[in-house]
Amino acid sequence: MVTSAPLVPVAEFERQTGWELKPEGACRGSLCIPLPAPAGDQVDLRSVAGKLGMPLLHEPEAGLWSMGPAPGPVLEGAVAPDFTLPDWRGGDFRLASLRGRKVLILAWAPW
Amino acid sequence: MWRELRDELKDRGFEVVTVALETRGWKEARRWIDAAQPEHPSLLDATHLLGELYGIVNVPTGVWIDEQGLLVRPPEPAFPGRPAFLDQPLPDTVNPRLRGVLTEARKLNMEGDRYAAALRDWVAQGADSPYALGPEEVARRLGERSPEACRAAAHFELAQNLEGEAAVVHFKEAHRLQPRNWAYKRQAWSLVDRTQAPNAIYPTGWLEEVRALGAEFYYPPLEFEPEQR
Repeated sequence: MVTSAPLVPVAEFERQTGWELKPEGACRGSLCIPLPAPAGDQVDLRSVAGKLGMPLLHEPEAGLWSMGPAPGPVLEGAVAPDFTLPDWRGGDFRLASLRGRKVLILAWAPW
Repeated sequence: MWRELRDELKDRGFEVVTVALETRGWKEARRWIDAAQPEHPSLLDATHLLGELYGIVNVPTGVWIDEQGLLVRPPEPAFPGRPAFLDQPLPDTVNPRLRGVLTEARKLNMEGDRYAAALRDWVAQGADSPYALGPEEVARRLGERSPEACRAAAHFELAQNLEGEAAVVHFKEAHRLQPRNWAYKRQAWSLVDRTQAPNAIYPTGWLEEVRALGAEFYYPPLEFEPEQR
């Protein structure tokens, strides 16, 4: 995730990283890593990134922070990660709207 | 390219979702989509979110998801057949670089006919298809993100939010950390030169790197046997 400040709302952190911040720490699936309790409703990437093994980069001139994923399994379990992206006909399309059908996701690129 | 197969299978509880990984956004992707006029969802992924979520490192890549929303085939090269233009003779007017690219492209491991046959089998047989993988095999094939790949992801995402030289520094670091991520390379190269030829910024392009690697290793072979649940 890329942000303009190292302090981000807890909800945003959880949505972007897949980690859930609970009293016992940061949890994903059955795994929980102890963390100091966040101060209020914001989390400081500078203190959590290292503990979760996530790389954190800072570009002072652009005023941007970039945090990568944590090393480990690409997915926990076989549930296909949901996503919502814009459709060429307009509006957003959510993958989960196709539940009940077989789906081929086909990633392509103009390049 | 997917229209015929989609038309054939769409009334059997099957749908195709095409997703364009393109930092430059609709202005690049629309040229192709407008020409194809797809009836299936055709989405834009301007941040390479699917690369991060599913570990996709090249295109075209296919992922199969069953009726319950479970992955039954993780990312792998996905062609609906062999592109017809590849095997047509090249006119003498074709410039040397394009000739080189097409010569290498002919050697790529595409296996489109096998892929299309497997897809038809899965749509017909569902979980009984030998091509539908169980969760343990899916997890094995998905594998793990290395610390280097995680750092590369942070650099690539940062680069997409920067301009000019500042962006190039981080694109190059992503390339160094995860050299087999062709999505990172081809996207960055194409931002500088659409033909992905060597230039002052990137000393090698698609043709040079594919020749160095060996075109037959560019797309991994489809793992269709042994299939087991």
